[in-house]
Amino acid sequence: MKTLVEARDLGRTLPATVPVTLVEGIDLSIGDNEFVAITGPSGSGKSSLLYLLGLLDQPSHGSLHIDGHDTATLKEPQRAALRLESIGFVFQFHFLLPEFSVRANVELPMRKLGRLSASQRRVRAEELLDSLGLADHLDKLPEQLSGGQRQRVAVARSLANDPPLLFADEPTGSLDTQSSEQVFNILDELVHQRGKTVVAVTHDIDMADRADRRVHLVDGRLTDHAESH
Amino acid sequence: MTPLILELAITHILGRGRQTWIAVLSVGLGVGFSIAMAALMQGGEDDLIDQLVNDMPHVEISDEQRDARRQPAEDRFDAAQISGLRPLEDRRGMLNPEEIRAQLSAWVPGEMVWRLQTQGVVRYAGRDEGISLYGIEPEQEAEVESIKSEDFVHGDFNSLLSGGNNIVIGDRLADKLGADHGTTLSLVSSTGQTRAFKITGIFHTGTTARDEGEGYVLLKKAQILSERPNVINSIRLYLPDPDMAPSVAARAESQIGYKSVSWQEANESLLEALVIRNVIMYTVVGTILLVAGFGIYNIISTLTHEKARDIAILKSLGFTEPDMRRLFVLEGMIFGVGGSVLGWLLGFGLCVALSMVRFELSGDVVAQEITRLPLAWSIWHYVIAGGFAMFSAAVAGYLPARKAARLNPVAIIRGAS
Repeated sequence: MKTLVEARDLGRTLPATVPVTLVEGIDLSIGDNEFVAITGPSGSGKSSLLYLLGLLDQPSHGSLHIDGHDTATLKEPQRAALRLESIGFVFQFHFLLPEFSVRANVELPMRKLGRLSASQRRVRAEELLDSLGLADHLDKLPEQLSGGQRQRVAVARSLANDPPLLFADEPTGSLDTQSSEQVFNILDELVHQRGKTVVAVTHDIDMADRADRRVHLVDGRLTDHAESH
Repeated sequence: MTPLILELAITHILGRGRQTWIAVLSVGLGVGFSIAMAALMQGGEDDLIDQLVNDMPHVEISDEQRDARRQPAEDRFDAAQISGLRPLEDRRGMLNPEEIRAQLSAWVPGEMVWRLQTQGVVRYAGRDEGISLYGIEPEQEAEVESIKSEDFVHGDFNSLLSGGNNIVIGDRLADKLGADHGTTLSLVSSTGQTRAFKITGIFHTGTTARDEGEGYVLLKKAQILSERPNVINSIRLYLPDPDMAPSVAARAESQIGYKSVSWQEANESLLEALVIRNVIMYTVVGTILLVAGFGIYNIISTLTHEKARDIAILKSLGFTEPDMRRLFVLEGMIFGVGGSVLGWLLGFGLCVALSMVRFELSGDVVAQEITRLPLAWSIWHYVIAGGFAMFSAAVAGYLPARKAARLNPVAIIRGAS
């Protein structure tokens, strides 16, 4: 199994009069085609770890390799390019651009990457939305959708550039049970049918239990409670 | 990439309809009034310079010298200090006008006019009025239109040639004397000579000093009145290019020795005042547009706060800091472009409206009649006002854009969560 994410002694400390340690001494390898759930109590550093792995934040120390790239050597534009091409994000809130239609939101990363023509982008966006059951909502604005639908649009947007790696921060945190189940099934399908790697932060024990592997954080450190299924 | 950033910028701006209009309107008003103001100021300046260039000779050579002539004793006894020296009295006037004319004609382009200028008093019906009396050659004066043919109410310069002693005066002087075309009045020269002159021409230039203080007679008559036969004291050059005047004046002065003054030198302080006036105008215009820039800054600044979540999500998707800077600078520029276009239309409309204003100002309080607002139509007024507005908008957009681009997406996402 190819290793997509390789973290060694990764840590993040916020500089302050009394420095605040968010995560410390993280050693973690995540392979290709794996569904990893990150669990832990509130304030344990789950999201902080996810943002570090997703290159949204800079580690204070340690090393991090993403898809073979040593991220310590990358400058911000290169980190942004790697995020654009190889990483997809789904947050607790959908964070769709409210003025753009569902289709336009999904096309946004493709337009930024600039590899596909307008017609190719359009087809890909429609295919992604169709596969997530949103074929009837292409031209709607986000505010015209339900919470679950918006989150599915966010998933479609995260997959727009076909990244191998998907980070999800409490993707079902703001959804009802039925929508949560739908979103979880989509993530699961992405791993087991489309070959993606998903790393999801969750409080949902059921969801964590259904992941391939669970890593547990307490006070910013990984504990021995990690389990594989 | 730019179309996407542009689309995002337009989307942001359209989402703030009323504020957008206010910002565009404020820039538009600034640009519009700047254009109208520049057109008026430039028009006034052009009008003034036109009058200077058209109504005055481009170079005037007088019978004076820039420095007092050295006395023969000073030349002969250079080493000795001489006190109480009484200078030789110069005979005033240019004594050899034909030779001077020949020298200048060899290289001076344009027209040349010579005159004998003296002072005199006109008497009529018990009234005495002092005037500047010019002895002229009518053909020369008509050629250079020192008084335009349309400014003659009666007669013209050629009427001086109709035999006898004839004089052309301004209408204000005629009114003050109670005289009219055909009236014969007495003219007393500075040497005490008195002659009767018939009014054969009356002019109205609109310039009070000329209309009530000038009289024109034939050169020969003026020479007789001032008891200076064959003498002139003024040569006026009218050049095809008024900008040549300083170099022509310098060369003429070095060649014939008489003081030669270009129109620029004669009006140096006035031209300097115009420069100062332009500096003041552009400072005011700049301030107007700067204030409009503050409006843009305010809106972009508010937008960056409101759109912080969008910034975070765009950065998480792979947009870079320069992309974010470009986005908000572009929004500022859109306000600048919109305001400039609106301002150009407004400025043009204001100029058209101002050009249609007609009024009449004349009388003792004004030296020059004005019947319309002097306006200059120049594309540069539009370019400068629009350019300054764009610059102001770009700076106003850049400052908050720079701050927005540096936003940490993690902090915003955490805050939103």
